[in-house]
Amino acid sequence: MSLLVAREVVVGFLNRIFAILVKELKQLSRDRVTFGMIVMIPLVQLLLFGFAINTDVRHLPAGVVDHSNSSYGRSLMQTVEATQVVDFVQRYHSIAEAEAAITRGDVRAVMVLSPDLVTRLMDYNAARSNGALNSSHSTSRPVAQWLVDGSDTLITGAIKGLRSMPLNEMFQRSAPTSPPLVFAVVPYFNPEQRNVVNTAPGLLAIILTMTMVMFTATSLVREREQGNIEFLITTPVHPMELMVGKMIPYIFVGLIQTCIVLALSYWVFHVPINGGLVTVFAATLLFIMASLVLGLLISTRAQTQMQAMQMTFFLMLPSILLSGFMFPYEGMPRAAQIIAEALPATHFVRTIRGIVLRDAGLADLTFDITWLAVFAVTGMVVAALRFNKRLD
Amino acid sequence: MSEFAIETHKMSRHFGVLRAVDQLDLSIPSGCIYGFLGPNGCGKSTSIRMLTGLLSPTEGDITVLGESLPKDADKLRQRIGYMTQKFSLYQDLSIEENLQFVGRIYNLAPKALKQRIDELYSLYDLRSQRKQMAGTLSGGQRQRLALAAATIHDPDLLFLDEPTSAVDPENRREFWERLFDLCSEGKTILVSTHYMDEAERCHGLAILENGTKRADGSPQTLMDQMGANVVELEDSVSGEGLRALKSRLIELPAVISAAQLGTRLRVLVSTDIAEPLPYLQSLMPAPRQMQTARPSLEDVFVSCTGGRRGIS
Repeated sequence: MSLLVAREVVVGFLNRIFAILVKELKQLSRDRVTFGMIVMIPLVQLLLFGFAINTDVRHLPAGVVDHSNSSYGRSLMQTVEATQVVDFVQRYHSIAEAEAAITRGDVRAVMVLSPDLVTRLMDYNAARSNGALNSSHSTSRPVAQWLVDGSDTLITGAIKGLRSMPLNEMFQRSAPTSPPLVFAVVPYFNPEQRNVVNTAPGLLAIILTMTMVMFTATSLVREREQGNIEFLITTPVHPMELMVGKMIPYIFVGLIQTCIVLALSYWVFHVPINGGLVTVFAATLLFIMASLVLGLLISTRAQTQMQAMQMTFFLMLPSILLSGFMFPYEGMPRAAQIIAEALPATHFVRTIRGIVLRDAGLADLTFDITWLAVFAVTGMVVAALRFNKRLD
Repeated sequence: MSEFAIETHKMSRHFGVLRAVDQLDLSIPSGCIYGFLGPNGCGKSTSIRMLTGLLSPTEGDITVLGESLPKDADKLRQRIGYMTQKFSLYQDLSIEENLQFVGRIYNLAPKALKQRIDELYSLYDLRSQRKQMAGTLSGGQRQRLALAAATIHDPDLLFLDEPTSAVDPENRREFWERLFDLCSEGKTILVSTHYMDEAERCHGLAILENGTKRADGSPQTLMDQMGANVVELEDSVSGEGLRALKSRLIELPAVISAAQLGTRLRVLVSTDIAEPLPYLQSLMPAPRQMQTARPSLEDVFVSCTGGRRGIS
């Protein structure tokens, strides 16, 4: 008898979840824009981060003020241009003219060659040849000066990188160019030092945070905004059923996005997927659930879809900046690290990079995996408790 | 089942200082259509929300179909149907999909659901539009869909919150026919409205104002027991115009209200005045044609809710 009752309860539970699931899928399939975004967001983001966004500065427009009027000046310019860091686009007659050009934004940097360029080059050459014998020569005067638009530190950094550039070609001989190395560096996992290798797996965390949180946050609030909830809560639907029914379709959406990101990373950007696919998807599934739960939590607080969107964006920014996706977690101040630890994205960035790039197993990532699991479960319970089956 | 489908004792709901519903006592018998009549903001919707378990009362006892609310609200869900004031089904689902969704929520088995939906199509004339999105339906169709959804699980008690506010008179009549069909099957229906003609169709009626009950009974009893006499004054070619006459009359304490109906002025005179006709005639500068009239529900409503500042 009690077995029959129990069976009926379970059947009712599954029936209602199924009802909500079917409804969500139908609504989703009719919402062309959302459907398009599911595919376009990972596609465009990955292409942007893979191709467009580059911290290696190249081809800065630069000018030159050449007071030396020598063939050495032209030769030096060619050597500098060969590094591809700058392109000389303009010649100026005076420092003042060059400064005005920088102010106008015509050029980002100007190289100033003094009348005694030839002497300076000779000094440099002599110092270089004797470098190993007499270190006092290394304090000789620089060959030339750079005036840089220093507002962007990336650009200043690129020009600063030119300070120790070798001038071998100018002297047509091979000599010990740079000082001997103190350390040898062996870069594991990304031997070619390509940015996209590190970015692509991290981007998975960002894309999933963006879409998963937003979808669930707005979808429950939409029911409230459009008045569906008033009808729903007089029916036998339990909050937990409503939430599970709403989550399942989006789990599939998240997995589709994961496939897009991984496929694109692998075939277009040649990001090695060192870990097993099962491990990758198991970890991603966990993160998808944590993100969906986060969205549900937002939806129990937000009164309108607009508010839900705002709260999602409030979460997005720290997720992008603090999760370790853009900047290494270790380099952040303590306070930022504490905030980062509270974000599911941080734990997933670590996890997915560990699995994809370093072939770490789930057992190696116990802390982050456990954190995500605990977050998903407690969040779900809190959301179900907060979701009142009453209007008051 | 008890003789009453709904019983409340001192049911109250406060929102801050506002007493949306104040000490409402109701005894609604099973198997009848019972109406809540009142202006907007009188507490109709709040009362219905408490009776469906959507809102918990600030104080008072509620018993619906033998279950005590809000404690046992969950036990009630399968036995009540609720049609909200605002359309609350999914606009981006078709009629068929909406009904399937609601049916599954109420745990109808696939076969039974199919059969029930088919029944509802015929009953509410929805078959030809079954593939149409709910958002593109007309007011009447949408309301029939909402009623179909609210009754899909064959509930004993049906709550309808201003069900006909967006519907033309033809559809309204048709809708009430369906309500009487449901009633004849033994269902109890609680309907809120601010239309007099609708209220008049109910078996029983509570007139609400500012969260309190002003009158309670069948429309006929209410009209019979109204504490006012109705006199209709005819317009006269010479002498005082009806507008001026009206503003003069409503200043009098014995006159509850005065409303113009075409060329007549309908005046409610308190029963404190034993002989209303001579009383009014004595107020006229020149003799005017007037006669007593049968009270309507609107008269009852106006006299109950303090007509002077009401409809005029």
